[in-house]
Amino acid sequence: MSDAIIHVENLGKRYRIGERERYLALRDVLTRTALAPVRFFQARKTTPRNGDSTHIWALRDVSFDVGQGEVVGILGRNGAGKTTLLKILARVTFPTRGFAEVRGRLGSLLEVGTGFHPELTGRENIFLSGAILGMRKMEISRKFDEIVSFAEVDKFIDTPVKHFSVGMRMRLAFAVAAHLEPEILLVDEVLSVGDLEFQKKCLGKMGSVAEGGRTILFVSHQMNQIRRLCKRALWIDAGGLRADGPAMSLVNQYEAACLSRAEVSAAQADAPLTFGRWQVEASGTNVLDLDQTRGGIAINIHAQVFKPLRKGQYLISLKDANNTIVWSYLHYDLKLDPGPVVFIQEFDFLPLAPGVYEWDVRVYDGHTWSDFLLAPELSIVSRTDSNVYGHLKGFLNVTSEMRLQFPHDEAMSGPAAMASPLGVRES
Amino acid sequence: MMFASCMSMHSEMTERFGGQIPPAELPLLRIAPPHGWLNLDLKELWAARELLYFFIWRDVKVRYKQTAIGAAWAVLQPFMTMVVFSLFFGRLAKMDSHGLPYPVFYYCALLPWMYFATALQNATNVVVEQQHVITKVYFPRLVLPLSAVAAGLFDFAIAFIVFLGMMAYYRIMPGWAILLFPGFLLLAVGTALGVGLWLSALNAIYRDVRYVIPFLVQFWLFASPVAYPSSLVPERWRWLYGLNPMAGVIEGFRWALTGHGQPPNLMLAVSTGMVLLLVCGGLAYFHKMEGTMADVV
Repeated sequence: MSDAIIHVENLGKRYRIGERERYLALRDVLTRTALAPVRFFQARKTTPRNGDSTHIWALRDVSFDVGQGEVVGILGRNGAGKTTLLKILARVTFPTRGFAEVRGRLGSLLEVGTGFHPELTGRENIFLSGAILGMRKMEISRKFDEIVSFAEVDKFIDTPVKHFSVGMRMRLAFAVAAHLEPEILLVDEVLSVGDLEFQKKCLGKMGSVAEGGRTILFVSHQMNQIRRLCKRALWIDAGGLRADGPAMSLVNQYEAACLSRAEVSAAQADAPLTFGRWQVEASGTNVLDLDQTRGGIAINIHAQVFKPLRKGQYLISLKDANNTIVWSYLHYDLKLDPGPVVFIQEFDFLPLAPGVYEWDVRVYDGHTWSDFLLAPELSIVSRTDSNVYGHLKGFLNVTSEMRLQFPHDEAMSGPAAMASPLGVRES
Repeated sequence: MMFASCMSMHSEMTERFGGQIPPAELPLLRIAPPHGWLNLDLKELWAARELLYFFIWRDVKVRYKQTAIGAAWAVLQPFMTMVVFSLFFGRLAKMDSHGLPYPVFYYCALLPWMYFATALQNATNVVVEQQHVITKVYFPRLVLPLSAVAAGLFDFAIAFIVFLGMMAYYRIMPGWAILLFPGFLLLAVGTALGVGLWLSALNAIYRDVRYVIPFLVQFWLFASPVAYPSSLVPERWRWLYGLNPMAGVIEGFRWALTGHGQPPNLMLAVSTGMVLLLVCGGLAYFHKMEGTMADVV
């Protein structure tokens, strides 16, 4: 135990569901406090009333050791508890049970651009962000030039960050974080943001940091990254540590499990078919880049049919990371015979913003609907940063232009075009 | 103990071990569910002083980068209030001003008052505003309300310079009491800190707190001897009036800076006691709630 640089024992974290969704109002608490003054001073970690179903265990009885210099990948589905584990180790939140012992300086990269303020210049933000991440002023000054050249923003270092493109901002933010030099580095999916060039650069830097003997805990949804960087992996599933072993075999197990999840639910529901692998026809992978999304795409979904299907229905949806359905398609009158089949979904274009999406397929066999979530997820990445004015929200990615028109422009085209007081054209 | 304080130790150790330091030699940090009330890690707080400086620097810099009026705003607020007060409470209502010209009387009180009011607003909102940072990185959360309270001193300094100008204009010479001024300034900072810590923590957890602040500040203004001297309050109730810590602060400012008004008395003692209570209680409460802030903010 004394050799481990991270020792985690029976770590547990319980969240109250209400904490995430509803803000507590002081007036309610004051009313309750008037009846029981002591309760006010107890943080809301106290045990709730019996039979309270408003709690979830985000992490439960997680124990493991990490030796010095190990690069450990952490995988699991969204919501499994990976980020919670990292947050506890990063001391952002307290565990409810158990404990962890960490030796050495810990740097956490849970997000790119922590602490950046748009009004400050690149130079100022480097110092601010570096200080927030735990670097001393001296250290930042010493590494300043390195950081700037890694981020390739030399010319813009003294302009306010709000004028930077998204790519530049991310490169700068990552550059600061990459020069942290702690003994232990916690990385949470930050290598999944940005364009492919940037990701390659970050991966390279991560690799050299690992070679430098630092211990890294690395969460990612991209199995190829875990395969490439990590020798060992931890599989967090539904709050617990499901497996702990060599990265290669664990990644394979994980991918297989994602598929069999679909199969298991199919078997349970006595479904007429089951789904296997799927891929983008052009590349054979689960990744699309933005250029591809603007052109024709074909998605091949392999399935095995057990029972003949007549007058069935096939409903496929695409969901984003928030489980919002961004697209769906329904096919009536599905007729299938037992045996293998490939569902080819063709798109003229699929203009979605970079991110991780999931295919949700439902099949109706005449009596019931069977639901399948396909694995792996669809990953849309950008090759260049096309967004100059900042990170826009939403899942649509369509080219759009804005131009201005002023009233006097209309008047110049003649009396017939004279606008009414409301500015509406009269035909 | 962890936060950035291992830096010098780290580099010296790296040299000693020629590269990689064996685990047993590294400082151990234990992460566990918290217990107990007052286990403030002062060493950690001291190690975070650079971060505190950066937060203050950022607040001040951002505040003045965008506003065209900039530094003038720090003076405009107390100055305009003083004009209004001088006209209505002074000239027209003819309130007692202990022999001071009305503008000086009011401005003197508005100096600590404005500092207190802005520090309060900023402290209340700081944790919520910085939620994107505290949910991602660890640093002693106390740094946030501390930075809010400290950043206000910058505006205070500018307003103070104007005050000195006013003193010169009205030819008022402060007496020996001016030597005690730093003490009263400290008391003002303490008041802002004490109340700010409570509100900061409360707002992070119960979001409706910030809606109360404007009313609270308004109400507090009139409960404090800004528009009127504390001599308005009958002698035997004055100690009760001292439960408002700003009462002691403001009267103290007036007395120390101008030599007129209430010399230190029971009221000031009560106010000081309140400030100590608020600060200690605030520190304890904030520290207690620190851990849950990232979860609920």
